[in-house]
Amino acid sequence: MSGTANRTTRALGLAALSATAVTVYLGLVVTPPDQVQGQLVRLIYIHPASATFSFVACGVTFAASLLYLWPRTRSRRWDHLAASSAEIAAVFAALSLATGSIWGRPTWGVWWTWDARLTLTALLFALLLGYLALRRIGGPAETRSKLSAVAGVLLFAVVPVDHFATEWWRTLHQGDTLFRPKPLIHGSQLATMLLSFLAFALIYGYLLVHRYRLEQLEERLETEGLELALAERRAEGAAESGGVVGAGASQQVAP
Amino acid sequence: MWRDAVLMAGKDLRIEARSRVAINQVAPFAVVVLVLFGFALEPDRGVLAQAAPGLFWVAVLFAGLLAVQRSFAVESADAARDGLRLSALDPAGIFLGKAAAVALELMGLEALLTAGVVVLYGTDLRGAALLLATAATATVGLAACGTVYGVLVAGLRVRETLLPLLLLPVVAPVLLGATRACEAALGQSLDDGWRWVTLLGVFAVLYVTLGILAFGSLLEEA
Repeated sequence: MSGTANRTTRALGLAALSATAVTVYLGLVVTPPDQVQGQLVRLIYIHPASATFSFVACGVTFAASLLYLWPRTRSRRWDHLAASSAEIAAVFAALSLATGSIWGRPTWGVWWTWDARLTLTALLFALLLGYLALRRIGGPAETRSKLSAVAGVLLFAVVPVDHFATEWWRTLHQGDTLFRPKPLIHGSQLATMLLSFLAFALIYGYLLVHRYRLEQLEERLETEGLELALAERRAEGAAESGGVVGAGASQQVAP
Repeated sequence: MWRDAVLMAGKDLRIEARSRVAINQVAPFAVVVLVLFGFALEPDRGVLAQAAPGLFWVAVLFAGLLAVQRSFAVESADAARDGLRLSALDPAGIFLGKAAAVALELMGLEALLTAGVVVLYGTDLRGAALLLATAATATVGLAACGTVYGVLVAGLRVRETLLPLLLLPVVAPVLLGATRACEAALGQSLDDGWRWVTLLGVFAVLYVTLGILAFGSLLEEA
C-alpha cells in the first residue's frame, strides 16, 4: 500500500464532490430566501449538517476507544479509527461554531450567545482539542494508544452530563431561545438541507478513509522507518562495493 | 481495596502535613486568586458579592489543579511510581486513596476560601445544608476526575501543560453545577439547587467508577 486512494475512495470522493456541488447550487441559486431571515437561511445548508456529523464523529471516536480498550477486540485499527474520527470531529465542530456565529451576528446581534447547544458544542470542541493534544505526545505507539483510548472514553463519557448542565443552565433564566426561529421550511429548502446531510456524510466518509490510511502509514513509518532506511543504506553499500555503477561515486567519497 | 485506600490516603496526607506544600503554597495561591478577582472586578458595585459563588469555584478549580499535580509529583521522585506498581496494592485502592487525599485537601481549602469570600467579598452565608451538600459532591467529583487525569499524564514530559487542557473542559459541568447550586443556596437565584447537587453527584459517581476501572491500566502506562 503506497497511497491512500483506490478506486472505491475515488468514487466516494466524486460522490461527495457532486453532492456538495448540487447542494451549493440548490442552496445558493435555486432555493428562495426566507421570509423572516432572508439570505441568512442559506446557512442552514451547512450548519446543521456539520454540527450533526461532528457529534457523529465524536460517537465513532468514543466507540472505537471502547473497542480498543476491550481486550477481545483490541486492535490497532480501532486506535487509528478513533484518531482519524476525532480530527474530523474537531474540524466539523469548528465549522459549525463559525457558521453559527456568522448566523448569530445578524440574527441575534451578537457573535456569541450562551445558548445551551452552542455551549455544548464549544465544550465538545475544547474536549476534542485536549484529546488531539494527548495524541501528539510522542513516545511508544502502544502507550500512546492506550492513554488516548482511555482519555477518549473519559472525555466523551462526560458529554451527557454536559448536555444536562448546559440545558438546565440556559433554560432557567432564558431569553435566547425566543429568538431562535424555527420557520416553517419551504419544500425545496428542506430537500436541500437533507441533501446537505448526505453531502456531509460522504465528506465524512471520504476524509475518514483517507485519514485512517494516513494514520496506518504514519505508524508504519514510525515502526519500520528506521529498519527500512538501514536496509536501503546497506543496499547502497552493497551496490557500491559491487563496483559496477557505484565505482565513480565511491572514489569521490573515499579519501 | 478499602484498606489499601486508607493506607494510600494516609501516606499522601502525611507527606502533605510534613512538607507543608499545600499549606504554604497551594492555599496562599487560592487566596491570591480571590484577591486578584477583587482587583479585576470593581469591588464597590456589588459585582463581587454577586459573582462570589462562581469566583469561589474557579479558585477551587485552579487550586485543585495544583493539588492533583502535587499528588503525582510526589510519586515521581525516587521511582516511587515503580514502587507503587510493585507494591501489590489494589490499583482501585490506590486510586481511591489518592482521590480521598486530594478531596480532603480541597475541603480544607474550601473552608479557607469560604472565609475569604465572606471577608473579602462580603457574602452572607445561608442555606448551610445545600452549601455543604454542594461542596461535598463537587469536591468528590473534582478529586476523582483530577486523580484520573493526573495519572493519565503522570508519565509524560508535557504533563504540566497538558493536564489543565484535558482536565478543565471535563470539569466544566462541576463548575457550572456547583456555582448554580451555591447561588441558589445564597438566595441569589430561584434555581432548584438540589437538582444541581444531583448532577454533581452523577458526575462524582461517574468519575469514581471510571477511575476504579481505569486506574490500574493507566498506572501501568505512567
